Amino acid sequence: MVSFAAIARSALLAAGLAAAVGFAQADGRVPRPSVSVAPDAGSCVAPPAEMRRNHMDMLKHQRDKTLREGERGAKVSLNGCINCHAGKETGSVTGNGQQFCESCHAYAAVKLDCFECHQPKAAKTSQGGQR
Amino acid sequence: MSGQEQKPLPGRRVFLAGGAAAALGVLLAPGIRLIEVAAATGGQPGTRASAKVRWGLLIDTTQCSSDCTACVDACQTENHISGTAPTDSQWLRKVELKDMRSGRSASVPVMCQHCAKPACVDVCPTGASFKRADGIVLVDRHACIGCRYCMMACPYKARSFVHAPVDDQNPEVPRGKGCVEGCTLCVHRVDKGQQPACVESCPNQAMLFGDLNDPESAISQRLRTIATTQVRADLGLDPGVRYHGI
Repeated sequence: MVSFAAIARSALLAAGLAAAVGFAQADGRVPRPSVSVAPDAGSCVAPPAEMRRNHMDMLKHQRDKTLREGERGAKVSLNGCINCHAGKETGSVTGNGQQFCESCHAYAAVKLDCFECHQPKAAKTSQGGQR
Repeated sequence: MSGQEQKPLPGRRVFLAGGAAAALGVLLAPGIRLIEVAAATGGQPGTRASAKVRWGLLIDTTQCSSDCTACVDACQTENHISGTAPTDSQWLRKVELKDMRSGRSASVPVMCQHCAKPACVDVCPTGASFKRADGIVLVDRHACIGCRYCMMACPYKARSFVHAPVDDQNPEVPRGKGCVEGCTLCVHRVDKGQQPACVESCPNQAMLFGDLNDPESAISQRLRTIATTQVRADLGLDPGVRYHGI
């Protein structure tokens, strides 16, 4: 309960700050998504317009190939997304509403289910897995 | 969102692009297509699970001591299973066998036996439980509805249900509440050319991992020289895990 209140407070504060610096668009009541990319990330696997519209289909297609057919090292990968787009402070793509995946999904009002099972944090990737 | 950039749904474009991709998939040489070449340059060994391979394990229980839990610990570390709560998942467990007449006992690590004819796959109502081309039996959590039918069907008690939310997953091993799961034979490691965590951790080298289909592999050669058994071979599931000394 305490943590929820703290989150709500920080969200309100963030929204207030955004409004104060004119970040929020005049026509929107919902804060614009925060889009963060790691500085040394290079370019995405596809142009932004295509990613915005098709990333869910790309991921869904590839997840079946990876899991069922054992195809590894493909261009599209959820861990690939996370490694570039994890927030600088939290190292995660979800968490406090300011992170890449969560902020945009909140803006578009689309439920984000990936991270019920998948690890939203970057960096731990292979080293963490291999001990 | 600015309105100008929005295009109608890309039905025809996607169709045309798909056609172009299909055209690129023409045969370069017998068995090699351009698309496969592109996939193979992804930088990983063994880009697809091959049906020519059948992964299996040989466990020498004469080398396995009952007070050692190295394999279980390695499994939990690798797959981020806490192993603390009574309802926690158990992908690998140690079972003590004792012959009451002679008093001889054996300690046996038991995990998913990666059957050639898996009962869990037969009973799964959604197709979530499946067998990969290389014989590894997995759960597709995207399709699993958590009915636990496979847990009842499995004679080895190899599957577990995740009762509580999970938040510290290995990025390569997604796990979550509401799905059934079991030993993956560390498929994420196997696809990289590594051994399963339990095999690597065993201090006595009691576990041997390899390709059962390749007569020259270490596991096949060892299977030819020592007596091994499949647990409950009478069920006809043809497990990929074999035991020596039970």
